[in-house]
Amino acid sequence: MTRTIITIIALLAVAALFWTLVALGTPDELGAVSRHYVERGIIENRGANLVTSVVVNYRGLDTLGEVTVLFLSVTGAAFVLRRRERKPVDRAASKASEIVQTGAGVLVAPIMLFGAYIFLHGHLTPGGGFQGGAVVASGVLLLLLADRERALPHGLMSWLESLSGFAFVVAGLAGLWVAGSFLANRGVLPLGEWNQLLSAGVIPVIYILIGLKVGSELAALLDVMMRGEAVAGAHGSPRSPRHRRSGPSGTGRSRGGRR
Amino acid sequence: MSASTLYLGAGFALVLTGLSCALLRRNLLRMVLGFSIVDTGVHLIIASVGALTGRTAPIIDDPDMLSHATALTVDAAAVVDPIPQALVLTAIVIGVGVTALMLTYVVRLHDRTETLDVRELRDLKW
Repeated sequence: MTRTIITIIALLAVAALFWTLVALGTPDELGAVSRHYVERGIIENRGANLVTSVVVNYRGLDTLGEVTVLFLSVTGAAFVLRRRERKPVDRAASKASEIVQTGAGVLVAPIMLFGAYIFLHGHLTPGGGFQGGAVVASGVLLLLLADRERALPHGLMSWLESLSGFAFVVAGLAGLWVAGSFLANRGVLPLGEWNQLLSAGVIPVIYILIGLKVGSELAALLDVMMRGEAVAGAHGSPRSPRHRRSGPSGTGRSRGGRR
Repeated sequence: MSASTLYLGAGFALVLTGLSCALLRRNLLRMVLGFSIVDTGVHLIIASVGALTGRTAPIIDDPDMLSHATALTVDAAAVVDPIPQALVLTAIVIGVGVTALMLTYVVRLHDRTETLDVRELRDLKW
């Protein structure tokens, strides 16, 4: 009861904070920075998609940080789950249905191709490296669902991920070398014609690298999460409901006995 | 009341729903789900701040959208703000990473304690 009341008070406080934002309304005009990005974006980058210009060029350093955060969270997840070993799967019980198997055979290649299409056209159409990488990883998920025993090429995936991350930094340093600022676009590669596939300088190159990196990272994350149940005895003693660690139950008996 | 105010209100409602879910539920998976809903609401709020009524997406793939075809200049009054959209793009990716990490912790906690009830996890309580 107290809990509900406190929660309601907290929610009302958040609502009051947000209410000022709602009452303020939304702006009618672009701010000075957005105005520059919109008016000069095509002249400076030749990319048709201005959001991509902002993400990869003007705020490219933020995107490098974003890629780092994704990398760290996937590494953290793999680290936390590292003790869970792949249990020998019961073939009959975990076999995917005929529909999933046939569907995977038909659909995996088009899904991968669609993902590649999305990150190749990131500077022209909605989408880009992150979205394309997520689509590629969903193709890998379908592959894993259809065949639980399929082993992904971990060596290849970690090389792909490391090399694309490294090449992203190299592309940024090339801008620093040629044009004097990190991730600068002008002068590194020819800018090309507006609204063509080969245009916008280093933006499509960086988005392809991001697509490969995100795709391999998310695929590795799915693989880690789909491993079998934790092996009993991984921490030294077999666990059963009776042998369950008594600490979490929080009774006085276990506390007195153990600490 | 414009459409972007509606989006703002909807995002705000999602934030409150998710927050109440995270505070009131006892099941760890539902709490993670609550945080995920808060995430979605915040994305909607950020996007609605830049969504100016009656303008089009900032993707200039049509020569008619250029105010001067040879100089490649764009009329700033024709498109919505690209910056909030770029921020939401970043936020979605970070949200995926954070949700994945939270779910990983839930999986590990369930391995060790065989419960998903947050009331039974009292290791750091006194």
